Amino acid sequence: MIVAIRKITGKTPIKIWHKEYDIPNLDLIVIPGGFTFGDYLRCGALAARSPVITSIKNHISRGGTVLGVCNGFQILIEAKILPGSLIRNKKLLFTCRETTLEVQSCIENPFLSGLKIGECLKIPVAHNEGNYFAPEDLLKQLKEEGRIALKYIKQKDNEKNYNPNGSTEDIAGILSKNGKVLGMMPHPERAMNYLHGGTDGLKFLTNCVEQIIG
Amino acid sequence: MEPQSELLKINKNEYLAQQKSKLEDALEMGLTKDEYNLICEKIDKIPNITELGIFSAMFSEHCSYKSSKKWLKTLPTEASHVIQGPGENAGVIDIGENLAAVFKIESHNHPSFIEPYQGSATGVGGILRDVFTMGARPIALMNALRFGSPDQPLTKHLVSGVVKGIGGYGNCIGIPTVGGETNFDKSYDGNILVNAMAVGLAKKDRIFYSAATGAGNPVIYVGAKTGRDGIHGATMASAEFTENSTEKRPTVQVGDPFTGKLLLEACLELMNTDAVLSIQDMGAAGLTSSSVEMASKGSLGMNLNLDLVPTREDKMTSYEIMLSESQERMLMILKPGSEEKAKSIFDKWDLDFANIGEVTNTGRLILTKHGFEACSLPLEPLVEDAPEYDKPFEIKAIKKVLKPSDLKTNLTIIDILKIIFKNPNIASKKWIWEQYDSSVMGDTIFANGDSDASLVKIHGTEKKGSFGKGLAITTDCTPRYVKSDPIIGGMQAVCEAARNIASSGAKPLAITNNLNFGNPDKKNVMGEIVGSIRGISEAASYLSTPIVSGNVSLYNETNGKSILPTPVIGMVGAIEEVENSLKISAEPDNVLIALGQSENFKAGWVGCSIYQEIINKKYDGAPPPINLENEKKVIEIILKLNEQKLLTAAHDISDGGLLTTVCEMLFKYNLGLDINLPSNLINCDSYDPLLQSWCFGEDQARIIIATKYVKKVQHVLKENNIDFFVLGETNSSSNLNLKDITTISIHEIKNLNEKTIPSMMGDQQQG
Repeated sequence: MIVAIRKITGKTPIKIWHKEYDIPNLDLIVIPGGFTFGDYLRCGALAARSPVITSIKNHISRGGTVLGVCNGFQILIEAKILPGSLIRNKKLLFTCRETTLEVQSCIENPFLSGLKIGECLKIPVAHNEGNYFAPEDLLKQLKEEGRIALKYIKQKDNEKNYNPNGSTEDIAGILSKNGKVLGMMPHPERAMNYLHGGTDGLKFLTNCVEQIIG
Repeated sequence: MEPQSELLKINKNEYLAQQKSKLEDALEMGLTKDEYNLICEKIDKIPNITELGIFSAMFSEHCSYKSSKKWLKTLPTEASHVIQGPGENAGVIDIGENLAAVFKIESHNHPSFIEPYQGSATGVGGILRDVFTMGARPIALMNALRFGSPDQPLTKHLVSGVVKGIGGYGNCIGIPTVGGETNFDKSYDGNILVNAMAVGLAKKDRIFYSAATGAGNPVIYVGAKTGRDGIHGATMASAEFTENSTEKRPTVQVGDPFTGKLLLEACLELMNTDAVLSIQDMGAAGLTSSSVEMASKGSLGMNLNLDLVPTREDKMTSYEIMLSESQERMLMILKPGSEEKAKSIFDKWDLDFANIGEVTNTGRLILTKHGFEACSLPLEPLVEDAPEYDKPFEIKAIKKVLKPSDLKTNLTIIDILKIIFKNPNIASKKWIWEQYDSSVMGDTIFANGDSDASLVKIHGTEKKGSFGKGLAITTDCTPRYVKSDPIIGGMQAVCEAARNIASSGAKPLAITNNLNFGNPDKKNVMGEIVGSIRGISEAASYLSTPIVSGNVSLYNETNGKSILPTPVIGMVGAIEEVENSLKISAEPDNVLIALGQSENFKAGWVGCSIYQEIINKKYDGAPPPINLENEKKVIEIILKLNEQKLLTAAHDISDGGLLTTVCEMLFKYNLGLDINLPSNLINCDSYDPLLQSWCFGEDQARIIIATKYVKKVQHVLKENNIDFFVLGETNSSSNLNLKDITTISIHEIKNLNEKTIPSMMGDQQQG
């Protein structure tokens, strides 16, 4: 993720250690993928209790922007910054593969506003617990508030496995109420060149950076 | 009253560990009577239980290579690009720009059969430690897996567990698993093979070694705590299996990839300072082999206070501490005075850091526990006097050459092709590969069969207009060839690996090998070992790909039945600009040309082929012969053609022969092809053995290329005296036509190819 951000901005982002309480005022905090504390407990559960999360919550309450990818999304859920849960993939197997995402019609947010509604992005996933689950009332609320940002989408009518994890209504990413926090399972930083993974991740992240930092 | 009665009050088990051993103890630990007597003679006393345990671990096949050492010494290990050959934690080669590739393959066969998840996970963890111990950041993982017959009930459980374990460790620690091979044969029913390979990247002038230096320097233990897991794992790994082997589950280690990740980062951070003088991971035989090897390589001694070793459980004895194979631990010798700085790094990563002793110049390993001397052994006999056996051997090779006309069948070419792609050995391994994170770190170019070799780009070598250098990696072995003729089989494994590397566009550079065999006390098994090493040596010398690291796994037998001989070759190559790399998939309007196949090639080699097995229901006949000159020619020409940017794709012809290879090249874009046939085959029917042998024969030294520049390519080939046969031009029809003889639907075959493994594993939802 650091390499991807550096490629787009030409600047190396600041790394924040998980035990830190004080963080400077930042344009964008990215919580990248990984396996925090090995994810031996529920994914992201321990990380969500790290000292740094308090600072991230403060950043959000000041109207700050946060992007959580994969484990980052899981941490945002465990920290109750985003609602719902991410449970084991439907097949109970880790899945690493390309997926196609569709940009949804949603509230104003800095992550997708430069992209077209209905636009498709090819971005890979790699996770064991990416099956987004929300009870019906929450789902209804998310829809009404326009907080479903990205969905997995079929490329062919007869495609069976376009949704890699069995998530409710093919949800791949959701927004916070104010649109300033996005959690998503797919990894845009792994689709940065035409040699592997394509360039849709580059397009996505470049748009984020342009909208947020200008 | 003897002074040790004090010890009896403190820790009864420790007291027992310090009692004199008997012959029965030695036999129980896997030593022979002769070995026990040799030990007593060399150390001039009767060893206590702890000392005997240390000897038994060091003398185990796993640590001492006692049956294979004589032959391993004959492998070619030198070349101008070799920085470090066998004998260290991993091999190191020069790849230019002050960079070095550090790599090794290692088996975790026995533990993975007993406990598939933890066995394979710790196999990955162990091989990663071998690589980062040398100062390298691991950038790719590979594996070579062998399971029993697909219809054997245990196979599904083992595949599922091993794949989860490999993914579990690699995915969590964040290093991409980019490929490997998975095969099935009933000979592995009771002894699966799990060989894991790791490749790392280091600065050429910042390689770390294990030889201890400087008497008085502190010996530091870092990483996870020592528990009672894996005690005597190395000895277990050196014994044959019986029905009761699952009772050995406590000897399997438990992996903790998160601690592995912390240890990796902490070690690399410390290695960026000047504090580390030498370092060794605690792998097989744990603290025993690391302390003994470090001290003996430096021709020094070591004193350790075992009370200072961080332990996970209470009242662990010296015996248990020395023989535990708990994972994620390292032993280091630090520059005196740098301990505080080093400790602060390990504190930051929440890891144990303990100063447990010092380097001495006594030439002895002296251990104390509860203030008593638990062990005092001269190091020389532990290492130098480890037995080296010259076991009797007999190299048996099948000489019978099968002719196509020997194989009569009522199967058509399509029938055979369908059977081939229903064979899990050939079919797509996508179901397995998707469980491995192949794209983490963001540098993967080709993974999991996109190309004949997996390819990762080297971060930081980007240049203007280029993504920079890449490393190509492959693992290969065709055990049925080795069984039929160990020498040819050994050569073939090297040649196929080199062909795969070249087919990805990279130059083959060096080898790490994992020699998996049965019981070396049997003449024919020893013959397989000796023969395949001879074959590997010959081919590796000829192709200038020396062996820089490796591992031997013997006694892969259950109830007296041996596995197929499986000398796995892990090969690494380099490419200057990754954008010039080659995939296997042809594009529309490409011309396919078989390199290394002459116009006169009319009958394929059927002996020991997948095709022959389909007809006869068992493998028979001599395997395809190897011509090293032709192998080298085809490798050199493909690199030459690729340098001139004339190629779109390349795929070497191996299992299943030419037609199988062509299908695999057409799958991705659902292409069709009107395939040319030699004139003598045009009037054959689909049952004709000669035509079938042309389609499915497994003659070696052949690669199919796809090109948009037919004329230029033909010109270069003629200029260089390369045999070639133009197969035809791809089209969008998705039909593979053999003249008027038969039409094959690529859609249908592709569908079979993708469904085979999921349906074997009971997963019907793929598609």
